[in-house]
Amino acid sequence: MTTAWEDARRPRIVAIDGDFPGARLQRMWETAPGLKGWISSVDHKEIGKRYIVTAFVFLILGGIEAMVMRWQLAAPNQTLLTPEQYDQLFTIHGVTMIFLYSSPILTGFSNFLWPLLLGSRDMAFPRLNALSYWIYLAAGVFIYAGFVTGNGPNDGWFNYVPYAAKTYNPGINIDVYALGLILLGISTTVGSANFVVTFLRTRAPGMSINRVPILTWGTLTASVANLLAVPSVSLAFFLLWMDRQFGTQFFTADKGQPLIWQHLFWMFGHPWVYAIVLPAMGMVSDALPTFCRRPLVGYTPVALATVATMALGFGVWVHHMFATGLPSLALSFFSGASLIITLPSAVAVFAWTATIWTGRPVIRTAFLFFASMIVLFVIGGVSGVMTGSTPVDWQLTQTYFIVAHIHYVLIGINVFPVAGAIYYWFPKMTGRLLDERLGQWNFWTMFVGFNLGFFPMHIVGLMGMPRRIYSYAPEMGWGPMNLVISLGALLFAIGVLLLVVNVAVSLKRGCLAGPNPWGAPTLEWSIPSPPPPYNFAVIPTIESRHPLWEHWLNESPAPSRLTEGLLLDRGRETIATTPFDAEPNLILEMPADSFAPFILSCGLSLGFAATLFHLWWVAALGGLIVIGALVDWFWPRRVHADMEAANG
Amino acid sequence: MADAVYLAQELPVASLKHNSVGWWGMLCLIATESSLFVYLLFSYAFFAVRFGPGWLPVAHPSLKLALPDTIILLSSSAVIWWAEKGAKTGRRRQHLIGVAATMAMGLVFLIVQALEWKSKTYSITSSSYGSLYFTITGLHMAHVIVGMVILGVVFAWSAAGKFTPRRHTPVLISSTYWHFVDAVWVVVFTTLYLTPYLVNP
Repeated sequence: MTTAWEDARRPRIVAIDGDFPGARLQRMWETAPGLKGWISSVDHKEIGKRYIVTAFVFLILGGIEAMVMRWQLAAPNQTLLTPEQYDQLFTIHGVTMIFLYSSPILTGFSNFLWPLLLGSRDMAFPRLNALSYWIYLAAGVFIYAGFVTGNGPNDGWFNYVPYAAKTYNPGINIDVYALGLILLGISTTVGSANFVVTFLRTRAPGMSINRVPILTWGTLTASVANLLAVPSVSLAFFLLWMDRQFGTQFFTADKGQPLIWQHLFWMFGHPWVYAIVLPAMGMVSDALPTFCRRPLVGYTPVALATVATMALGFGVWVHHMFATGLPSLALSFFSGASLIITLPSAVAVFAWTATIWTGRPVIRTAFLFFASMIVLFVIGGVSGVMTGSTPVDWQLTQTYFIVAHIHYVLIGINVFPVAGAIYYWFPKMTGRLLDERLGQWNFWTMFVGFNLGFFPMHIVGLMGMPRRIYSYAPEMGWGPMNLVISLGALLFAIGVLLLVVNVAVSLKRGCLAGPNPWGAPTLEWSIPSPPPPYNFAVIPTIESRHPLWEHWLNESPAPSRLTEGLLLDRGRETIATTPFDAEPNLILEMPADSFAPFILSCGLSLGFAATLFHLWWVAALGGLIVIGALVDWFWPRRVHADMEAANG
Repeated sequence: MADAVYLAQELPVASLKHNSVGWWGMLCLIATESSLFVYLLFSYAFFAVRFGPGWLPVAHPSLKLALPDTIILLSSSAVIWWAEKGAKTGRRRQHLIGVAATMAMGLVFLIVQALEWKSKTYSITSSSYGSLYFTITGLHMAHVIVGMVILGVVFAWSAAGKFTPRRHTPVLISSTYWHFVDAVWVVVFTTLYLTPYLVNP
């Protein structure tokens, strides 16, 4: 009989003393070397870094696609691309940036950071975390396999019917997109469930919900929204795929309702817009104060505004459909709801501004990215208010003004904070600082290039240039402005390239960072850079929002205890706490590294690829692999003392 | 070395009943799956409103098979509750019988659903109503099948003595999922079978 695991215990409290208890934990938590360890690792830090690198590769691919399009549009009547190629390019550019870059990059940061911010040794479901990454990778490869063989999505990222219907789009392009996005939806969903449960159950003792970093509020809000919104788009794509493959009548013009595609898409799409900015805003809320040498102004309003933005975000989807002929009562309602979102957004903007205003700013590259994000957010917000107003939207919809708006919002509130976050957390991930001088060049190139490239899009939009045209005649007079746009975009791309260069150079040659190079207040900076596989040698006990600034903030009656705490060392263990007050209530047994997530994603990908080509028996085989991996996953392996007693 | 210090409170080790993170994970799954059915029924309502009462192929859908089938599926919730009670009190036989009975009731539900499908005069391609009807009920049946697979695995683990009155989180999680599958059917049944009687009295 195997040795039984104990049923309950009072965990020991110890102080960290040299290698104790780190050396022992290291053996329990470290991933095996080589390919075996790479495929089976469930370490959130490894998975987080993979997410970030993969998403960044997609950012670069999407950027190259954009540059090809900007070459085509730099002057009138260019013939670099055929209309069909242009269709696939602008579609794959949107799909890449919106689905394969902007959400996964934030998931990567949250994966890496959450357990470190929350004082835990891993996420609540480490294997689910690995699964979420593998499926994301599979979905990206799936969609790109379509694109490189000329079968990529070609109807814009929101894929309107009837152009997406079989009659008008007979290839497998749309089917690749439909199945690829359903696959990606599974990844997003399991990842979101993981964040929700991690937030509720694995915070360090004492870290009540009014003491968590704002990033966790952002990602939690996004995750809850994903759980509720992703089924809408997965369903829409499933129904479309049925229409195309089996002749159902959901979106057909004669017997179906084409308009419901837009409802289902945007009921998902608008919450998704907030899901890909709120965690980034959270990163700014947490990191900007470090450079201002003071706590964030208005923690509680900012946390509440985060949740409020998303709650309102579920009631505004029709503002994407103002031009579809809906009744004016509906238009007024959704227009009003959209304008109200200004309020929670303004809370964040004023909180950041006040933090800079009343702080003592230290101008480093990360600060520049975070501070400039406020400016870009305001510009993107104002153009959002304009398009949120029905009569204005009727003038602007389908023009380049919308392209300007979406890029100010997504690059402004996602890419700029992400670049700042790379400068801020790179030392934690690698132990080395990025080069500051190259960083300044990097920032100014991106900032000037971005505004030079994207601000004139507002103007050509107002001049009437439609979006998604593959060329235009010289008489339209859009040529000079488009040349400026293309040059600005090129400068912006060079800026992104400088970031890549900085990372490549600093990985080997950057200055050593030490645990807390910025003098930052939150928990991740209390442990070595890079963190050991077990994160925290002892589980810390938290008494305030800024555990590392307590010595001068005097926020809390008692100091947080970071070097003395629960010693959980009988196998991979961490503490589970109550959802609100974070009182310990369970010792969690964490899973070992496992092949199940990888095998499951292989089975799932096989199933989806086979479904694309109607190879039903192969798809069934994929399904069996999935079931097998799940059974192995959930197999109750450990025998506890009370079970031994019960079974003799 | 000084005397060892311990936390004042004794903590259970590993997943335990409602404290287990797996149970919370199941609640997340149920939240997202519920949303899926909300969007399906939203679509149904959207079509119904846009096309008006004439959209229904039959003014009053027959309850001859659907109502008894609903009663079977609903009663299976009571049976799985009884089975779970067996696991909680250490009566393994009760748990095994209850789970087997639940799976059998699930199977009967699926067979009657297949008969119900055969009795329809419309098909999945003939009208948008047919497309929605077969998609909604089909997706629900897929959930019943998944529930039965989960119960089958839990049955095997229970037979192998993997559970005790104190430790049986998979039992709890699987029966919660089954209750969810039943609850969804109540809403689907009400929408597809009962609301037409309100619209066309």
